[in-house]
Amino acid sequence: MPLDTPFGADNGAPATAPVDASRRTFLKIGAAAGGGLMLSLAACATPTDTDGAATLATAPAAPPAPLEEINAFVAISPTGKIRIMAKNPEIGQGVKTMLPMLIAEELDADWSAVDIEQAMADAALYGTAASGGMQFAGGSRATPSTWLPLRRLGAATRQVLLQAAAQTWGVPVGELTTGPSVVIHAASNRRATYGELATAAAALPAPDDEMMKTVALKDEASFRIIGKSVKQWDTPRIVRGEPMFGIDMVVPGMKYAVFEQCGVWGGKVVSANLDEVKAVPGVVDAFIVRQVGDDLAPLIDGTNLGLLDGVAIVADDWWTAKTAREKVLKVVWDEGASRTDSSAGFDAKAAELAKGAPQSVLNEKGDVAAAMKAAAKTVEASYSYPFLPHATLEPQNCTARINADGTAEFWSTTQLPEPGRGLVAKVLGVEQSAIKIHMIRAGGGFGRRLANDYMAQAAAIAKHSGHPVKLLWTREDDMRHDHYRPGGYHNFKAALDKAGAMTAMTNHFVTFKRGTRPANSAQLSPAEFPAGFIPAHSYGMSMIEFGVPTGPLRAPESNGVCFAYQSFLDEVAHAAGKDPLAFRLELLSAQTEGPAAGGFSAQRMYDVVKLVGERSGWANRTSLPKGTGMGVAFYYSHLGYFAHVAKVKVEPSGQWRVQKVWVVGDIGKHVINPTGAANQAEGSVIDGVGEMLQTITIENGRTKQANFFDMPLIRINQAPDVDVHFHITDNAPTGLGEPALPPAPPAVTNAIFAATGKRIRQLPVVTSSLRWT
Amino acid sequence: MAFTINVNGKTQTVDVPGDMPLLWVLRDKLELKGTKFGCGVASCGACTVHIDGAPARSCVTPISSVGAGVVTTIEAVGDSPTGRAVQAAWVEVDVPQCGYCQAGQVMAATALLSTTPKPTDRQIDDAMAGNACRCATYVRIRKAIKTAAGLPTADTREA
Ligand code: FES
Ligand code: FES
Repeated sequence: MPLDTPFGADNGAPATAPVDASRRTFLKIGAAAGGGLMLSLAACATPTDTDGAATLATAPAAPPAPLEEINAFVAISPTGKIRIMAKNPEIGQGVKTMLPMLIAEELDADWSAVDIEQAMADAALYGTAASGGMQFAGGSRATPSTWLPLRRLGAATRQVLLQAAAQTWGVPVGELTTGPSVVIHAASNRRATYGELATAAAALPAPDDEMMKTVALKDEASFRIIGKSVKQWDTPRIVRGEPMFGIDMVVPGMKYAVFEQCGVWGGKVVSANLDEVKAVPGVVDAFIVRQVGDDLAPLIDGTNLGLLDGVAIVADDWWTAKTAREKVLKVVWDEGASRTDSSAGFDAKAAELAKGAPQSVLNEKGDVAAAMKAAAKTVEASYSYPFLPHATLEPQNCTARINADGTAEFWSTTQLPEPGRGLVAKVLGVEQSAIKIHMIRAGGGFGRRLANDYMAQAAAIAKHSGHPVKLLWTREDDMRHDHYRPGGYHNFKAALDKAGAMTAMTNHFVTFKRGTRPANSAQLSPAEFPAGFIPAHSYGMSMIEFGVPTGPLRAPESNGVCFAYQSFLDEVAHAAGKDPLAFRLELLSAQTEGPAAGGFSAQRMYDVVKLVGERSGWANRTSLPKGTGMGVAFYYSHLGYFAHVAKVKVEPSGQWRVQKVWVVGDIGKHVINPTGAANQAEGSVIDGVGEMLQTITIENGRTKQANFFDMPLIRINQAPDVDVHFHITDNAPTGLGEPALPPAPPAVTNAIFAATGKRIRQLPVVTSSLRWT
Repeated sequence: MAFTINVNGKTQTVDVPGDMPLLWVLRDKLELKGTKFGCGVASCGACTVHIDGAPARSCVTPISSVGAGVVTTIEAVGDSPTGRAVQAAWVEVDVPQCGYCQAGQVMAATALLSTTPKPTDRQIDDAMAGNACRCATYVRIRKAIKTAAGLPTADTREA
């Protein structure tokens, strides 16, 4: 239950050819548009060098189909092709497919006639309240924020087609109905396809705000697109290796850039042997880029980040730039204040702080001291987890071009384009209106691309070098210049009464601070469960000074806090001599105050916990062989209710493998695209298991790990089978990029305890500690 | 220096340093963007191509070492029946999330099925463990390989 996580990491991001925003405003009816501008990236529009758009190598030129724009989101060709714009970045969370489904459903479109095109980052066109708000990928927000707006948009578009038919036939709109992509007047037995009506519809006045608010939506029972599995729109192109990612962008005349940054975040360039680098054949330029902004904190904390000092090398190809950097470049750095930071130092400081009273109280209720004193039994344990990287498989990159007219264009995999626009405008010293951002499909997001540091670097490099550039980070850059999931330390104590009921719980949470507040993604919700479900609790916090960049990683805060809390609750259950699943159900039944923060419903959680027990055969777990165990955990985040049971086998050698994870989730009354939803849940679970193997170690103020050989990604042989079940309830649909992740690690560690009696209180898991005989 | 290599059935000559990895020749000289860069050190499999039918990490394959080897990339893997079946299974099972690793996965899976048409779960694990998927689409990768092989798709590793 994260306190304040507006932007977590769904996946997602897209790209298209440039659209002139002045041509139309949201839902303004446009004249026939046509032209190459309407070609989708996926279809490989190949704008010529003269229009200067990014081209995708090997893309065949295709003649544009004429399209009648009904509004900013929908265009229909006279042949009936329907182009729907995907408004949010696609980072792998599936929104490029899913959001157009919402529009198509209420438009009553023939899905087989739909083409999806990625929208530009354009707040006036696509980021309005009427279309579900800002264009971004994060916080599992796409579904809850667009569920009604995009359906209304589809319905209003349908109304325009109805009006066109009514005018053409001289009949009242009220007598018309629609079937897939056709308007029907039953009384006169007339039909017209959407294609036939497109030109007339495009000439009609736009639906006004009032219509958008009052337009009738379908009876949900009659949905024929929502709730049916639609394969990811780009999959056929992905498996053919068509260029579509940020790293694939090519701009005419483009050069390639690498950027050397200081290992210690915020370090300043004192000097660099630029002349020697420039003498390398193929190197076009080498220069120092300076930090923009005096205050370091906002540049390394949060969801935008900024431009720090570095040295850019620009070359004819990327390999040459990278090789010149490795073999020739020498930089003298002033490393700055945080050069003594270390993970070992943080651990020592956390242990020291844990001995004292918390520096501040987050939330307190009931008489904890009395409950501890009266307890039949108390349980005390400390949990911790390390810093983690995002490690998107596509390293950070950005293609930038400064145009002759003073405008600048970016091809970016950003999850959060508008702050990126502000950042690059500042770096370039131009108005935000001079910045165009093409949202390009990202090879993973997980929150990394909420920050736009690579955009700022590309802007500075393009400006200084005078060339369009593609900046591409190495994997080592990516590992060492991330904004990490902060580590955390939880020091728990719980009281049990004679009946084994939990009467009190305390947590002294030790975290990291930026200025006077917890750093980004380093908070603990005061309402963290079981607060409000036990008679007394006290959560306090102490903070450690540090200089490491932090930011949201998929299910921020939840991804660590859930491990600590759901593991400790498991310990308490065992101390109480109770079945850990039944113990959780008991707690969930004992709500002592009204609905908790974030609208948490104990009943919804109770139901998924109970159901996952049934589906996993929890009751039969005692018959498992020695060394195999089952564990349970639940969590509420991003409005989703998730409970997992993991089955783990631990060999006597300590080698362990998660065999299977059963997932039950309640994300409301519709699972919009079931195949995409299940894919997200499967991936989240395996991602969560993978995080149990990972760590980022800070030494001498910098990241020790370099690449996947020392910061491993989970592999197919380690990945469990995953059984996903969505429990349908009468609640508004909610998002799925994140909430299935947090329960995975504690379900697994609780299963390891069941298998071996060994309680894992610290991540990553150390295999050698799990040996048993 | 000039190197003449055979890529996707075409003979191509590039003038590059001999230590330039095949990956960057493909991507930045031959404009074949399908082969991806993930780690540069043979640790992720995103850059997997076939050389004479066998999977190779193009990020650590210097162009000077390719010689007369026949290079096949994701752009042409569908020319073989096995590659085509793998691509079709990937679509059928709806494998990708972000999709970035999937070119490498398809190449590795095609190489597996070319030598082992009916792989066991263990053989799939062994052949595919070098190909990381950060989005963790492993349940579906397994399923798609079995679909392409015409095998039942259930995960049998537990048994
Ligand atoms: S890029 Fe070659 S294995 Fe990762
Ligand atoms: S689908 Fe994203 S890395 Fe595999």
